[in-house]
Amino acid sequence: MTQAPRAVTIVGASLAGLNAAEALRREGFDGPVTLIGAETHLPYDRPPLSKQVLAGDWEPERAALTDPEEIEEDGIEARLGVRATALDLDARELTLHTGETVEFDGLVIATGARCRTMPGTEGIGGVHVLRSLDDCLALRADFEAMPQRVVVVGAGFIGAEVAATARGRGLDVTMVEALPTPLSRVLGDEMGEVCAEVHRDHGVDLRTAVGVERISGDGRVERVTLSDGSTIDADVVVVGIGVIPNTEWLDGSGLEVDDGVVCDASCLAADRVTAAGDVARWPNELFGETMRVEHWDNAAQQGAHAARRLLDAAVGPFTPVPWFWSDQYDRKIQLAGRVRGDDEVRVVTGSVDERRFAAIYGRAGRIVGVLGFNRPRHVMRYRALIEQGASFDEALAAEF
Amino acid sequence: MRIVVDFDLCESNAVCMQIAPDIFEVRDDDFLYILNETPGEADRARVEECVQRCPKQAISIAED
Repeated sequence: MTQAPRAVTIVGASLAGLNAAEALRREGFDGPVTLIGAETHLPYDRPPLSKQVLAGDWEPERAALTDPEEIEEDGIEARLGVRATALDLDARELTLHTGETVEFDGLVIATGARCRTMPGTEGIGGVHVLRSLDDCLALRADFEAMPQRVVVVGAGFIGAEVAATARGRGLDVTMVEALPTPLSRVLGDEMGEVCAEVHRDHGVDLRTAVGVERISGDGRVERVTLSDGSTIDADVVVVGIGVIPNTEWLDGSGLEVDDGVVCDASCLAADRVTAAGDVARWPNELFGETMRVEHWDNAAQQGAHAARRLLDAAVGPFTPVPWFWSDQYDRKIQLAGRVRGDDEVRVVTGSVDERRFAAIYGRAGRIVGVLGFNRPRHVMRYRALIEQGASFDEALAAEF
Repeated sequence: MRIVVDFDLCESNAVCMQIAPDIFEVRDDDFLYILNETPGEADRARVEECVQRCPKQAISIAED
């Protein structure tokens, strides 16, 4: 039951899937490895899609994570442009959207997530989400047409990066956020307000505590109606209101799905089946909390972990300190740990006014998070303390 | 083993510094400095982890 698989199939050809494939080879696995991806592109890096590629500074090829030669050298069979639509664990068989069935032995589920959309916006030109390379190029084309007014719905990290990039292109940007303070649920009110100020300083018209009632236009978007009845003229709208894990294809498979594929602490979802990346929910024993993490670093690490776990039952729990970065204007914002809006927050170095500082978050006497504005060194030092389970007092006394 | 960093790609995320602070350091000027360009074989696993985990794939190992 726990023997290593003879062949491994990876469903999902983005960062987590690619890292799983590469980890199998690094570990010396010499059986067949198949990478199945719904998009027609080989795995590419998503962070530049809201920044360098969207800005027009990079051509899309530069975001590639691999190339056909590397894939061939690693002996990975990449099947692109095919979507898995069903999983039969007893028969150990996948169904693809083409109707074809594919047998598997070991399986890594890395199907990621997709953007939430605004209902009623289908078929209105100029309304975008940003997740894939194709999304990015469509939005970039609209930006290149020099629209009069860009409206960003949602001031989360994707919305914030799109707003920053649009401002960098000299476009007028209005950003609409339902919460009174952007990111308050992830960073707390005080630090969320710092993020809000950064956008205002750069000329973004930020509207908070107001929802979007409707996005409308005749064929192409013309205006956004807010919940207070006001309207904003818009030529381009970018909706960044979160993602939904891609698990529908697992309905009826017997796998437990609860806002993600439910795994054990080692990322195992069933016998010889693991999950990784945005789609995986697992108990992170370092935090004593079940989590699903949508960050770049997590996809890379968890992909590799899920692959190793397939090969070796002795591979233990996956216990990372979640970490991500967001580049907006000339600021590098980094957050490590598991932060809640009601954690205690203390600035430990630098100056909030200069937007160059690190703040740490404490809960129940422990350091649980660190936020940095242009302070990567400090973020990594405090991240190490979080990993060690250091007390909040210890972290406050630390000097880096 | 010689460490090569493509500084056009490096964004100073400091992931490498967390893994190997004796080899990589991001200083207060926000730039990455390589403290030891030619670490010994004993450090290979850690350096390879840095190569793998760098979010910009800016680190590589030259064998010369």
